[in-house]
Amino acid sequence: MSSGVDGKTEEVKAAVRGNMEARASRAELLSYFRQMLMIRRFEEKTAEMYKKAKIGGYCHLNLGEEASIVGALSTLDSRDYIYTNYREHGYALARGMAPGAIMAELFGKEDGCSKGRGGSMHLFDNNLHFMGGYGIVGGQLPLATGAGFALTYKGEDGVVIAQMGDGATAIGAFHESLNLAKLWNLPVIFLVINNLYGMGTPVEKSSAVPELYRRARAYDMYAERVDGNDVLAVRDAMQRAVRLAREDKEPSLIELMSFRMKGHSVVDPDRYRTNEEKRYYAEHDPIQAYEEQLIAEGILTPEMIETTEAEIEREVESAVEFAEKSAFPKPEDLFQFMYATSVPNAVLEVKTY
Amino acid sequence: MTTLTYRQVLHDTLAQEMTRDERVFLMGEEIGVFEGSYKVTKGLLEQFGAKRVKDTPIAEEGFVGAAVGAAMLGLRPVVELMTINFSIVALDMILNHAAKIYYMFGGQTPVPMVIRTPGGGGQQLAATHSQNLEVFFSHIPGLKVVAPATPYDARGLLRSAIRDDDPVLFLENLGVYDVKGEVPDEDFDNDYTIPIGVADIKRNGTDVTLITYSRMVHTALEVAEQLQHEGISCEVVDLRSLRPLDMPTILQSVRKTNRAVIFEHDWRSYGIGAEIAAAIQEEAFDYLDAPVLRVAAAEVPLPYSKPMELAAMPSGEQLVSAIRKTVSKRW
Ligand SMILES: Cc1ncc(C[n+]2csc(CCOP(=O)(O)OP(=O)(O)O)c2C)c(N)n1
Repeated sequence: MSSGVDGKTEEVKAAVRGNMEARASRAELLSYFRQMLMIRRFEEKTAEMYKKAKIGGYCHLNLGEEASIVGALSTLDSRDYIYTNYREHGYALARGMAPGAIMAELFGKEDGCSKGRGGSMHLFDNNLHFMGGYGIVGGQLPLATGAGFALTYKGEDGVVIAQMGDGATAIGAFHESLNLAKLWNLPVIFLVINNLYGMGTPVEKSSAVPELYRRARAYDMYAERVDGNDVLAVRDAMQRAVRLAREDKEPSLIELMSFRMKGHSVVDPDRYRTNEEKRYYAEHDPIQAYEEQLIAEGILTPEMIETTEAEIEREVESAVEFAEKSAFPKPEDLFQFMYATSVPNAVLEVKTY
Repeated sequence: MTTLTYRQVLHDTLAQEMTRDERVFLMGEEIGVFEGSYKVTKGLLEQFGAKRVKDTPIAEEGFVGAAVGAAMLGLRPVVELMTINFSIVALDMILNHAAKIYYMFGGQTPVPMVIRTPGGGGQQLAATHSQNLEVFFSHIPGLKVVAPATPYDARGLLRSAIRDDDPVLFLENLGVYDVKGEVPDEDFDNDYTIPIGVADIKRNGTDVTLITYSRMVHTALEVAEQLQHEGISCEVVDLRSLRPLDMPTILQSVRKTNRAVIFEHDWRSYGIGAEIAAAIQEEAFDYLDAPVLRVAAAEVPLPYSKPMELAAMPSGEQLVSAIRKTVSKRW
């Protein structure tokens, strides 16, 4: 199973755990908890809205991956950029996008973060440098690499996260991107969320080298495999990667061992995983574990949890209300955003007779 | 005015645009040290340095995608693909990403990039290296596709393409690099542009409209000259842009001459000619005195052997007989 893959013994882990405040400030520790819980509740609500047919198309949730997401994004600042795959609601939230703008996008509304043109797989926010969710597996990787090139070209010291799933490491674009990033010394962090499956295919069946971080070694690139269910372990590894990228212009690959609590998408009945496996995931809920640690160290109290839960519930509810109230984009605006520079003779209307 | 080759004009225009705008950089296989497979980028590495003239590995998907990402962050990449045949390896980046990003993300990020690439047969390079794939790209909403025929148009359109905020496919042709033509002296009118989406009447005529683009424009002009002696007056419309397509100019000409022949280097089925012929019959059916004819490449993978290759490519003779048929009124 996935946890414990960082190779540390249980005693070492317990010792590290016993000193959370030495690793992050109390405010940070609490904000990670809040963000993880926000993603959890938002995604649960998303599943509910999908079942009510408020949301259409494909819809891939981050349930179970919250510690990976929050830990990874905790190390970025406003100079940095992120490109993700299509399983990206949680990243958008952790990057600071308004829950209402995300929910409105899922509803296909004009106030959505991509004005209803993109949907669940294509969230975008220029101001937050959230450069898009991408529906083609691996499609985001060359783009992120090019963004890293642009930063170097302009002499800016931002870094770029190129998030992907384990399945994406088999596609050509992955290898071409790692090669280029290393060759040109680009500040790109290839972030592999190894949730053990690409749709129904286990990683051992899709990768000749199932320890995915080892693939980066072929490009002489710094790489680590980390317990993605431990938000602080993720943060530590990402801090190393960010420093490498920002200061040394060295790309790296971080593999976060995670799992998804539900199927590939909201409509996946998840028949390829055994009940035992699913039980294991349910029992190793990363938020639950983190909550227990925080309580054990006296950082979080049951009352605080209650307050946070109530606040988040209100936020998620108001995101849904916002999405409900927002208008659908008008059919007469079908051709809006076709061209950034307009052209004579472009036919921007539906041909009718 | 000075007379320059198409190749020289591309080179000079790239250098000018790079001088004018720091954000413009070049990227592609063998464009730096090797100076480009067709020597368009000769000397540019020396002039602008390795930061702005990027030699890439042989990884079309990776570097075309990197250009998309760089464009999203405000740079203006000009990518050279060795030939259009290798664009197939980068199709995901061109069709799924460059073409869709502005629209799909609600207009938040333009993708101002140019892909320059030559196509066409006639060099005995056989099936995988002799293709005209402009139809693939012209089919896709979100891309702009231009295919200038003359040095003058190449300069004006390359400037427009580089300054445009959308992804532009700039199609060259192995047969046009050595074409010579007049361009304004740099000292005088050194900044003219030609708008994307506007066709050009390269020759006025009254009996039939020849609709063509890129390399075939030159053959069409020769044929028009030849037929003039027989008393057939051909108007030659050079499309210059394949998407958007300048239907108003085409229709105006066809309404004047009442006949049209389309002359294209690509395969016939589902081609540019098919599109234009369909549009003409929708918009100008009452003006037509004869069916619209198409002269295009034979529908085979292009063979290596010289006589066979020539037989497969559209020729001036085929155009002549199509024109004769069209004006004969024997339908
Ligand atoms: C190029 C391409 N091939 C196939 C698909 C269909 N598809 C969508 S998600 C997916 C699995 C990808 O798994 P992984 O990369 O591990 O990401 P995860 O879903 O676990 O986040 C597949 C095959 C696609 N979207 N793009």
